[in-house]
Amino acid sequence: MSPALRRICALVRKEFLQVIRDPSSIAIAIVQPLFLLFIFGYGISLDATHVPVACVVDATGLNAREFIGGLYQSQYFSPRIYGSMAEAEQAMIKGDAMATIWIRSDFERQAMTGNGKIEVIVNGVDANTARLVQGYLIGHWGQWLLKQGAAMGLELKPRIWFNAEVRSRNYLLPGIIAVIMTLTGTLLTAMVVAREWERGTMEALLSTPVTISEVIVGKVIPYFLLGMAGMGLSVLTARWLFQVPLVGSHWLLLAVSCLYMLAALAMGLFISSFSKNQFIAGQLAIITTYLPAFMLSGFIFDIHSMPTVIQWLTHIIPARYFVTILQTLFLAGDVHGLVIKNAVYMAGLAAFFLLLVARNSRKRLD
Amino acid sequence: MTMWTRVIALIIKEFLAILRDRKARITLIGPPIVQLIIFGYAATFDLKEVPYAVYDEDSSLASREFLARFEGANAFRKVAVLQKEDEIRQLIDTQQVLLVLHIPPRFQSRLTREGNAPVQVIIDGRNSNTAMLALNYVNEIAASFTLNMARQKGLRGPAAQLVVRAWYNPNLESQWFIVPGIVGLLTMVVTLMVTALSIAREREAGTFDQLLVTPMNPFELLVGKTVPGLVIGLFEGSIIVLLTVFWFGVPLRGSVPALYIGLLFFSLSIIGVGLMISSIAATQQQGLLGAFLFMVPAVTLSGFATPIANMPEIVQKFTLFNPFRYFLVVVRKVFLEGAGMELLLTEYLCMAAIGVVTLFTAALMFRRRMY
Repeated sequence: MSPALRRICALVRKEFLQVIRDPSSIAIAIVQPLFLLFIFGYGISLDATHVPVACVVDATGLNAREFIGGLYQSQYFSPRIYGSMAEAEQAMIKGDAMATIWIRSDFERQAMTGNGKIEVIVNGVDANTARLVQGYLIGHWGQWLLKQGAAMGLELKPRIWFNAEVRSRNYLLPGIIAVIMTLTGTLLTAMVVAREWERGTMEALLSTPVTISEVIVGKVIPYFLLGMAGMGLSVLTARWLFQVPLVGSHWLLLAVSCLYMLAALAMGLFISSFSKNQFIAGQLAIITTYLPAFMLSGFIFDIHSMPTVIQWLTHIIPARYFVTILQTLFLAGDVHGLVIKNAVYMAGLAAFFLLLVARNSRKRLD
Repeated sequence: MTMWTRVIALIIKEFLAILRDRKARITLIGPPIVQLIIFGYAATFDLKEVPYAVYDEDSSLASREFLARFEGANAFRKVAVLQKEDEIRQLIDTQQVLLVLHIPPRFQSRLTREGNAPVQVIIDGRNSNTAMLALNYVNEIAASFTLNMARQKGLRGPAAQLVVRAWYNPNLESQWFIVPGIVGLLTMVVTLMVTALSIAREREAGTFDQLLVTPMNPFELLVGKTVPGLVIGLFEGSIIVLLTVFWFGVPLRGSVPALYIGLLFFSLSIIGVGLMISSIAATQQQGLLGAFLFMVPAVTLSGFATPIANMPEIVQKFTLFNPFRYFLVVVRKVFLEGAGMELLLTEYLCMAAIGVVTLFTAALMFRRRMY
């Protein structure tokens, strides 16, 4: 065995012993991802069901009653009848109803001439839910018209690929895994290296014959394994507890996850190369990697809808590529072109950060 | 020395400790502003320029007229015109387009003679929220197209139309929903940071023991530690309220006092949590960890980005202990719904209760820690 290899082995062994004796790294790699996965997995959902709707039906005919009756059958609504618009408006103001449906007394007569109106008021404060409710109602209205035997003219046949049940959790959870792994990977190396500086053990290490690149390799190997263990647990939890389908190949998933873990660890090392204090390193990791991964990776907010300048900004965020890959692998399968393209960007960023680390950290004590 | 002179002295000392350090001053002002800008612009569920492709097998007058309606819409951007059906798969798989409009042959003749011309819409459901919203837009365009056709030919058209209006946020802009929430989010982050580290810092420096041997009782200590956090929280909150109104143009329709009463109770409850964390933590690092452990669930389970109503029952119950949840109701009601104090009494009361409990517990823990 060459001396360099022997030194690296020794460093890795030392690091493993440290992990076992001081469980804070295990907490970051294993406990924290599971904690966050539970919070996000149960807390973040965009599926609005059983939306409380106030119904005011002044019309007496069968058609109007059929429209309202259909709402009771739908899982999207939980309708309640109110006697007058004034009462319904009160319910809206108090927040007991998200929307009001009003069918006026002259409805049947107007409908005969094709001028019937079903009036809907939605509470627009939560714009996204309001849009979804509006969409559900349009769908319901279309169904109702079909039952009336109306010639629709144009008939839309939507087909939603990859997520036929339209369950938001299916695409949110892969994204959440990417966000969590960003935090885990960066925190692991950022905190550990900063700790060595704080305790003065880095100086001790530097006085030995090891080179700085050996120190870096010796850090990356154990924390890479630890981080990947956290990643594996998260995938298992998403798959079995949250029932997210995993369509793509497991090997491809493993390969891109390894690549991303490297990128995250490199970001952590980069942070630790200019802050030798655990406290500041931790804060920097949260602000510069976790928050951007949350906000700008497209895991919940669509990148297409952001202002152009912010869209450019998302290109330097590794999580963006990982989120795309994970969502594709989980839901769409092995779309090789897309996965490889994003993996190349990810690898590029990982190499970039590692280069910065190598440049920034010389064997010196400042 | 009377009690109040002692408390005031402690407050002055706290302010000096927080503001003396240049780095600390910057972290109080810089990151919140950057976060406001990024959150304010990036956190949107609105659809803009959804890339789509067209596969028109009919190429008739009617199909072109139908497709022209999409080209005029802000929400869509046409990126491809397809010649073969197998191109659809490739475009959607690689995310070059979010949806494909497929018009089968005989569209025009079926539309005019049989009255049921199918149009296939293939949507990438990887992001199901975007998919649903895009489908809604397509639905709206299709409905108005049908109506227009019927009118032109003097036909009766569908029996009834759906007329939708939105209260409080007529154009359904996400920004109006998210940005007022940021007032609460950033007030929470800053207040929590200031308080969660305050006692831990003293403990690290060993000055907490010195404080304990002064004639100050835990109550005075509590007041002295609360006021700086409160002042900083209210100050930071006010800056963000101003930016929300004047930079982002979100209307402030309700009463400002109603907002400030909410902000006051909210800050107090967060200070209580922060001081509790701080009195447990032995080091600043533990304080930071505790703050993070509180903050992540507090933000996620508050309704800040996604509604509480969508969460599982049990989790919804759990949110009742979250002060941020109540403050979000207050800001959104005051900003958009124009609410006054009378509609917000429940929220005030819940936040005040959380504040009293946490502050009281924190004070108890100061004492316990003396031994």
